[in-house]
Amino acid sequence: MGNGTSIGRVRGLGSSHQGTHHWLSTRLTAVGNLVLIPFLMISLALMPTHDFATVHAWAAKPIPATALVLIMINTFQHARLGVQVMLEDYIHEEGGKIAAWLFINILPIAGAAFGIVSVVRIALGGA
Amino acid sequence: MAQAPTKRPLSPHLQIWRWGPAMLVSILHRVTGNGLAFVGLGLLLWWVGALAGGAASYQTFLDWVWLAPAGGFQTVTALLGKVVLVGLTWAFFQHMATGIRHFVLDIGSGYELEANARWSSLTILFSVAATSLFWAFVLLR
Repeated sequence: MGNGTSIGRVRGLGSSHQGTHHWLSTRLTAVGNLVLIPFLMISLALMPTHDFATVHAWAAKPIPATALVLIMINTFQHARLGVQVMLEDYIHEEGGKIAAWLFINILPIAGAAFGIVSVVRIALGGA
Repeated sequence: MAQAPTKRPLSPHLQIWRWGPAMLVSILHRVTGNGLAFVGLGLLLWWVGALAGGAASYQTFLDWVWLAPAGGFQTVTALLGKVVLVGLTWAFFQHMATGIRHFVLDIGSGYELEANARWSSLTILFSVAATSLFWAFVLLR
């Protein structure tokens, strides 16, 4: 990136051509959350008690377990996209941008992986 | 920034404008979204991890977040846990309502000043009402 000619000042600062996919993916995962999170909240609210046996037995059933796995994928993807927009707005230094890029590309994947492994362990009868 | 320094005036910032419902729900959407991302998903992972770990680890989760049988510091965290759970419920309903508002704005509708202000205010009314109803159902039934 030069700073001499007017073309040199703007090179590399244009669109990355990935914005539409980001925008659409945010909406797509939002629709997923619109179904999945009320399912989780209503299921929890309707449980007679919230002791280990009741909650574990519920989470081990095929549909709740599937919903929980989908929640791990969908919420973490939606959160990743949203937090990325927030970080892009507030972080302006190059070092901070690299840290934010590492954070946004590693932590949501790790979190979702832990969540999925946990649900699979519940559903397949570990513990 | 690659642009040459300029003496041109900057646009006026937040404190200049008179706050309206649209401004409020716009920043609330960001705050609740990031709150749900960091606090909500963190708590979700603790919950599901504790559940996968077995009866003892799940009991530890319940004790620290809600029950506080040990008293002392646990009383503080359990009180905090209740505040956080109610807060997350509100944050979810608020983020959901403003998210649906964004869907409406995405199709190019709802930009008239009066309609925009009305639907913005309604998202707050909805989130408070839905949070109250949800917890009234959970705690009173």
